[in-house]
Amino acid sequence: MALPATAETADSAPSPPSPPAARRRRTWRTRLRHDWMLLALAAPGAAVVVLFHYVPLLGNVIAFKAYQPYLGITSAPWVGLDNFRVIVTWDPAFRNALLNTVIIALIQVIFVFPVPIALALVLNSLTSERIKRVVQSVLYLPHFMSWVIVVAIFQQMLGGSGLLHTWLRTKGIEGPDIIGNPDMFKELITAQVIWKDTGWGTILFLAALSRIDLSLYEAAAADGASRMRQLWHVTLPGLRSVIVLLLILKLGDVLTVGFEQILLQQNAVGVDASEVLDTYVYNNSVIAGNWGASAAVGLVKGVIGVGLVLTANKIAHMFGERGVYQ
Amino acid sequence: MSASSVANKRPAVISRAAGRRYRAAGPGSTPASIPARAAKGLLLLIACAVVVMPFIAVVSTSLADDRQVSQAGGLVLWPERPSFDAYRAIFAGGVVSRALLVSVGITVVGTLLSLACTTLLAYALSRPGSFGSKPLLMMVLFTLLFTPGMIPSYLMVKELHLLNSYWALIVPALINGFNVVVMRSFFLDLPQELLDAARIDGAGEWQMLRRVVMPLSKAVIAVVGLFYAVAYWNNYFSALLYISDATKWPVQLVLRTYVVDGSTIGVDSSQITGVIPPPQQSLQMAILVVSLLPIVVLYPFLQRHFAKGILIGAVKG
Repeated sequence: MALPATAETADSAPSPPSPPAARRRRTWRTRLRHDWMLLALAAPGAAVVVLFHYVPLLGNVIAFKAYQPYLGITSAPWVGLDNFRVIVTWDPAFRNALLNTVIIALIQVIFVFPVPIALALVLNSLTSERIKRVVQSVLYLPHFMSWVIVVAIFQQMLGGSGLLHTWLRTKGIEGPDIIGNPDMFKELITAQVIWKDTGWGTILFLAALSRIDLSLYEAAAADGASRMRQLWHVTLPGLRSVIVLLLILKLGDVLTVGFEQILLQQNAVGVDASEVLDTYVYNNSVIAGNWGASAAVGLVKGVIGVGLVLTANKIAHMFGERGVYQ
Repeated sequence: MSASSVANKRPAVISRAAGRRYRAAGPGSTPASIPARAAKGLLLLIACAVVVMPFIAVVSTSLADDRQVSQAGGLVLWPERPSFDAYRAIFAGGVVSRALLVSVGITVVGTLLSLACTTLLAYALSRPGSFGSKPLLMMVLFTLLFTPGMIPSYLMVKELHLLNSYWALIVPALINGFNVVVMRSFFLDLPQELLDAARIDGAGEWQMLRRVVMPLSKAVIAVVGLFYAVAYWNNYFSALLYISDATKWPVQLVLRTYVVDGSTIGVDSSQITGVIPPPQQSLQMAILVVSLLPIVVLYPFLQRHFAKGILIGAVKG
């Protein structure tokens, strides 16, 4: 999602040069009188954003308090950094959650991220527009299914009484247990992510591909470049900025790995294999009542996420890319 | 039409066709070798089958009868004696019917309110140089990078006394920053001269939005509406977090309980007299099909707008 960057470019493009300049000379009072209607139109949406995105940030103070649901936030006593003890002392449950999160995050960046790019390249090389459109329609569809449905479908297909095992049994083979097997859990959720979102992920790459100047291909072909050389020297450079952008955005929530998806399947495989930071926070706060410590973990996770985006953006700038923002 | 204009036209047509060929062929004008093309076709065929096959199996099983399900020992690939008993059973009242009503209600109300708030906000942000629009835009963009986290959000809903209320599933999700940006970009791309003309004719901001912008933006409104509707319909985690009263559960939570967790569905057998209750597996698959249905029905109508709606918002320039 290339949003922030595009917003800036969009900003400057359509506005005619004179009116804004004229407006800027007026005082804020006249401008307010002039634009109050727009502000009134924006008010309901803006109120929701403030109420559910900005005010809750204050709720993070309970990471520094001994919060109890019946006491309320304000009357809970301050406890300093006590709640961060689970992190500092490397508490086994926290360590397990962190390790699982990092492993799954790495799997997603290395094995899941490139799949839509590859699929987009294949789709882009199709000669028939009609076939391309049909394939796209089919492959986009799983993106619109809820995680509950995706997990249910995987259980039905791969579970003990699922289609795969029933078919294998008619051949006299007892297949491996895939659903509910802690050892295969990471492979399973990776497959689910790929199944659900690969098709949808191609949209941005296909758009970027359609924007590549065709004369570059002609020039490359005239210089005797094979299809592979053209892919390497024309197509991939054309995709580079989109890839960088999506990677940066991915890094921002890299520690948010499949929360809903994992929570749904946690009963089947146990906490050891499946606990990630998000499920840790959920299980320890809403379920077990350790609000302060969970909020501390959530807060650290959020801060790391922001840090990763800022760092990645900086690195992108060093390599001459535009990144998410300037 | 004069001869020269025809003559002018022809090369343009040819070059456009050539252009399409170039683009279609991907890297280069050199055609791919036959084995490469065969491999590509096979790959895409398998990919499509992997997506489509589960749906066929799910629908077939929901229509199969007891004998066939037990014979197959699970999912059925094609129902031999299709029956709608499973659907009759889940629509006979009880948990599933109620959950469906709840989900439909939340989706309809939520989508309408979300579309209203989003359109108004996006329109206000799309008017160049208006008072306060810069900080407002930054405020919306920041929500794309930072989310408040689960516990603070839960506490907010709790402090507003929305726990166990349907509004807890709607109000926090009313605005999605991504959708605001998509709509705003679409509005910015409309010919601004139209708005200037409307202003000269004496239209206020509200009239310009209502009479000029919205009629021209049906595509993006449809797509953003679909995104909101899908989000409301698919949401299960907010309900898990905020709704502890099982009688208020939306369909996704019912689906989780009876299909993913495999609890037995109690069917009120007095409702379907003289019939053997449909097999458990058919019931489960029927719930799954019903929860899929709205999306599958809406999808073809909105699908053609995807590229238009999304791309304008996402990779422009």
